[in-house]
Amino acid sequence: MALKGNLRDFTVTQLLNLINLAHKTGTLTVEGPTETAWVSFRDGKLIYAQIGNEDGTLVGILKREGKLSSRQAQVIKANASGKSDKELGLLLINAGYLTQQEILSSLRSYVLDIVYRLFTWIEGFFRFDADVLPPNDRIIIRVDLENVIIEGARRVREWEQLQEEIPNLDMALNFVDRPGANIRDVNLNVDEWKVVSYINPKNSIRQIAKANKMSDVEIRRIVYGLLQAGLVDLIRPDGMPLPPQAQKIKPIDAREQTTLVNRLISRIRSL
Amino acid sequence: MQTVKMVVTGPFNAGKTQFIRTVSEIDVVSTERKISAEAEKVKETTTVAMDFGRITVDEDLVLYLFGTPGQKRFDFMWEILSEGMLGFIVVVDSARPETFREARGILHTFRAYAPTPYVVAANKQDMDDAWDIDDLRIALKLEDSIKLLPTVASDKESVKAVLLELLYSILEEMKAG
Repeated sequence: MALKGNLRDFTVTQLLNLINLAHKTGTLTVEGPTETAWVSFRDGKLIYAQIGNEDGTLVGILKREGKLSSRQAQVIKANASGKSDKELGLLLINAGYLTQQEILSSLRSYVLDIVYRLFTWIEGFFRFDADVLPPNDRIIIRVDLENVIIEGARRVREWEQLQEEIPNLDMALNFVDRPGANIRDVNLNVDEWKVVSYINPKNSIRQIAKANKMSDVEIRRIVYGLLQAGLVDLIRPDGMPLPPQAQKIKPIDAREQTTLVNRLISRIRSL
Repeated sequence: MQTVKMVVTGPFNAGKTQFIRTVSEIDVVSTERKISAEAEKVKETTTVAMDFGRITVDEDLVLYLFGTPGQKRFDFMWEILSEGMLGFIVVVDSARPETFREARGILHTFRAYAPTPYVVAANKQDMDDAWDIDDLRIALKLEDSIKLLPTVASDKESVKAVLLELLYSILEEMKAG
């Protein structure tokens, strides 16, 4: 069945975790705000990635990784047109240009760079096409996703820190009532002003974000700045109930309850 | 006359009302209101009270199915509805991953209210966009011990299966003491 959705709701970290745990084989297409990326997996391992209009051929990648000069890349492309990446890789190794290790290392670096870039994408649609793999002529690698996820998680540390500072988006904001704390004297950018214009004890942070079409990380970043600047306070929104307490269920005679449940089962079966 | 209740919860538009309607012997009461207060215009409409359905077991016993309002701001209703429940069902729209996080939050909230058995109904499994059960389990961070059941809320047999699985879980827990 389909595995598709929005990055706003299902992050790249979660997607990679799912692909890893489910040992999936196929290609993940992520349509970001400005470009599209394709990342392929076999049995839950990362094997290939391509992004936007970047030259993802072996020559393009080796040039990008500094293994080939522009002139060398040009000559190889001119002389080896029609050859697959695999054939070209063998030619480069046999000619003593590069070692197999250098080629694989360059490919690995390129693919990981694309995937790490994806971690920073907050907006976008994704789709996983099972059993769709890169073209046969491409050289694939094999990278455990655990390490990729760990590194990606480091890169979203900012997000986690923000979440820690502002754990509950159902809280509201109030302007601080103290001398010298005048919002008009502060230089704010457009997005910050948009948020400020909605600050009201009746509006939760979540509602402000929704009104401004901002993601959780975007609204948290702005609210964090306002909090650190001492311009606003977090408050409980008007009418928000107190957190509920766990309650104990009255003890009922076990045999009586078993009979009751069995009667319910019989009735539901007969529906 | 003895009455027992089960709570059907889940994010907005997950299919709770349909789930109850499919097996209820009475018309399900559904309550939705527009929010008109100027300061709260971020939201357009919301369910403010509850849905409920009924299954008469015999002349001495009635099962009520209570559907909760989806919005978190009405979680004070959740607490009221959860009081004394036999168990609860979390309905998730399998085709709307944007609601999975919310579903997890609702699940945790209800578990905090009362340590009663529960099952998760992966609804709308008949839709092309529906996520696979195994993928859903990972996305919802459900342990293997928690029942995650493929469901089509408009299909009576499917809803019956969910209710029965919950009742079996209740029995198992009672046996375990």
